Amino acid sequence: MSGDERTTPPGPGPAFVGMPAFPEAARKAVGDATLRANLRHATHTIRDKRARAVAELDDWAALREAGKRIKDETLRHLDTYLLRLEEAVTAAGGTVHWAADAAEANRIVTELVKATGESEVVKVKSMATQEIGLNEHLEAEGIAAYETDLAELIVQLGRDRPSHILVPAIHRNRGEIRDIFREEMGSWGRPAPEGLADSPAELAEAARLHLREKFLRAKVGISGANFMVAETGTLVVVESEGNGRMCLTLPETLISVVGIEKVVPTWRDLEVFLQTLPRSSTAERMNPYTSMWTGTTDDDGPRSFHLVLLDNGRTTALADEVGRQALRCIRCSACLNVCPVYERAGGHAYGSVYPGPIGAILIPQLRGTASGVDASLPYASSLCGACYEVCPVAIDIPEVLVHLRGKVAGQGGHRPERAAVKASAWVLDHPGVLAAGERLASRTRALHPRRAPGPGIRRWTESRDLPEMPAEPFRDWWRKNRT
Amino acid sequence: MRVALFVTCVNDAVFPSTGVATVRLLERLGVEVDFPAAQTCCGQPQFNTGYREEAVPLVRRTVRAFEGYDHVVVPSGSCAAMVRHHYGSFGAEVPGAAGLAPRVHELTEFLVDVLGVTDVGACFPHRVTYHPSCHGLRLLGLGERPRRLLESVKGLELVELPGAEECCGFGGTFAVKNPDVSAAMGADKIGNALATGAEVLCGADNSCLLHLGGMLSRQGAPLRALHLAEILASTEEEPWR
Ligand code: SF4
Repeated sequence: MSGDERTTPPGPGPAFVGMPAFPEAARKAVGDATLRANLRHATHTIRDKRARAVAELDDWAALREAGKRIKDETLRHLDTYLLRLEEAVTAAGGTVHWAADAAEANRIVTELVKATGESEVVKVKSMATQEIGLNEHLEAEGIAAYETDLAELIVQLGRDRPSHILVPAIHRNRGEIRDIFREEMGSWGRPAPEGLADSPAELAEAARLHLREKFLRAKVGISGANFMVAETGTLVVVESEGNGRMCLTLPETLISVVGIEKVVPTWRDLEVFLQTLPRSSTAERMNPYTSMWTGTTDDDGPRSFHLVLLDNGRTTALADEVGRQALRCIRCSACLNVCPVYERAGGHAYGSVYPGPIGAILIPQLRGTASGVDASLPYASSLCGACYEVCPVAIDIPEVLVHLRGKVAGQGGHRPERAAVKASAWVLDHPGVLAAGERLASRTRALHPRRAPGPGIRRWTESRDLPEMPAEPFRDWWRKNRT
Repeated sequence: MRVALFVTCVNDAVFPSTGVATVRLLERLGVEVDFPAAQTCCGQPQFNTGYREEAVPLVRRTVRAFEGYDHVVVPSGSCAAMVRHHYGSFGAEVPGAAGLAPRVHELTEFLVDVLGVTDVGACFPHRVTYHPSCHGLRLLGLGERPRRLLESVKGLELVELPGAEECCGFGGTFAVKNPDVSAAMGADKIGNALATGAEVLCGADNSCLLHLGGMLSRQGAPLRALHLAEILASTEEEPWR
């Protein structure tokens, strides 16, 4: 498609294909001072606020446990609840579609949009549609998809990729955002106001004006959902800006693409998450907008509603006893904000729309570990456990990481490493050999350099000295002094 | 009460002074401590890197080495956490693996919970800041124990480490597999430690101190990394180093 025919900014290229492995991508981010400063400031601010918001509740531990239990119970009987949901949505006037993978979901949505005769849609911020690359697919079919969440808009106009679940443009500062608005808005709709400055109020106003004409014109809205309540067939979107509500209510047709793990059995269950999600994500007691809709209603809101239930690897994850806990995730992003690795590597290094600790355990399960970046994700953690500590549904992320490492280590590429591990474990299982090695290291210690050659050791000594070897190992001291 | 020292493989080979300090400290407190020579490594490096099978012989060795002891003292939160949280999962391959878990105590747990002391009679007239390593902090929940022990040391001035609860970036094989992120995390930790004006960066896990100490040494920084056991072993009569 040539430049003039485009209706939305070209994306950054085929989604994450050929991404380098995490350590390489992270190396670039670590060396980018602006990015480091943006991320550090943003993650520390939200991290501290979350801690305060959570500390206000004296039953936080009980809410966390309840959230975990509800999700586990739902996942155990997922088929039952999904069928109940389908029945309720259908009874309320909606249509349910089942999509096994990204291609099927994209095809269903495209056909639904084409059936309306429209060539543009407005979008509510949605992780599921990003996961399947819906915008790119629609664009290729001649349908313009406009992101209406402020941060998603920044990402889309900047021909960029999201780097955070909740704040997709977290890697951008205000100056960068102003430049993107000035340069790009005019090509795809109402241009940025003359002399736009970089104050939050002015930037928000520019986005509001740019988006308003799209809201008023759009006949089709596309969304995801944070929750789906099986007993009534109700979908729920929680948000801060209110742009989502515009997309959910103004268009004639609403299409929601939602991962199958987002179902909860009842409204009582929903109550738990409506407390834990806002505090964990934006550190608010309650998010400003909670939109709920059940099928269609005469003379109010969309006249036609379609729900596309997305599997795309989720049932594979569900079959894994250890890994399935990742499906409890409510996408609050608390684990990203607290993660020391995410803070330094940034979201793009993770090579998917799900960055940070949750991405590191979710993507290798949804996509497998065949590619370089996907196979490197389970190692993109120091296992410090900060993510597990804050997760409002108690996903033991370090446990899943270690479990996935075990799977990756079983793949062909890890044969040399396995051999090395086996050899070292053999030495450690033979104390006589081990002691001889320790003594040799001690006796030759004067010869040891503080920087050393050899692949693993060289990486260690790029920034650190090796320790000076002691005069003798502990076991020799013990033998001489205590036996 | 039969008490064994599980010195850990890193301390045995690289930081024997921490083992010596632990022995002196425990003996000073009237504990008769034994060192079963069959011990080597708890298996954590293999386990955490995804080589569970390779960890099995080491888990078996560790379980056998400490059979018959009432308490096993470990001057490493990380190795203690490995035994406490993961040995249970080796029950099928190593009978008795789960039974070791409740008998294993990280050093500060043993001092505060089992012996019931916080003032161990130490003297260390220096400005010290404390880095609580992640596994001690989050997996074992050591909480205030190390701080209470340090606060009771004569002459010691304890200064708060900003961002104390953040990981130092060691993470076992993480430091080698993701060297840039690891070094960036370590640099921030060291920056915070230097800002306190302390002479000593104290920790209860020598693997983290290996990483941080290596960076301090490379930078020629006026701060040295030292294990908590060595501070607690130091007395007026016998100052540590
Ligand atoms: S894994 Fe837990 S903390 Fe991370 S986004 Fe999901 S729910 Fe939130």
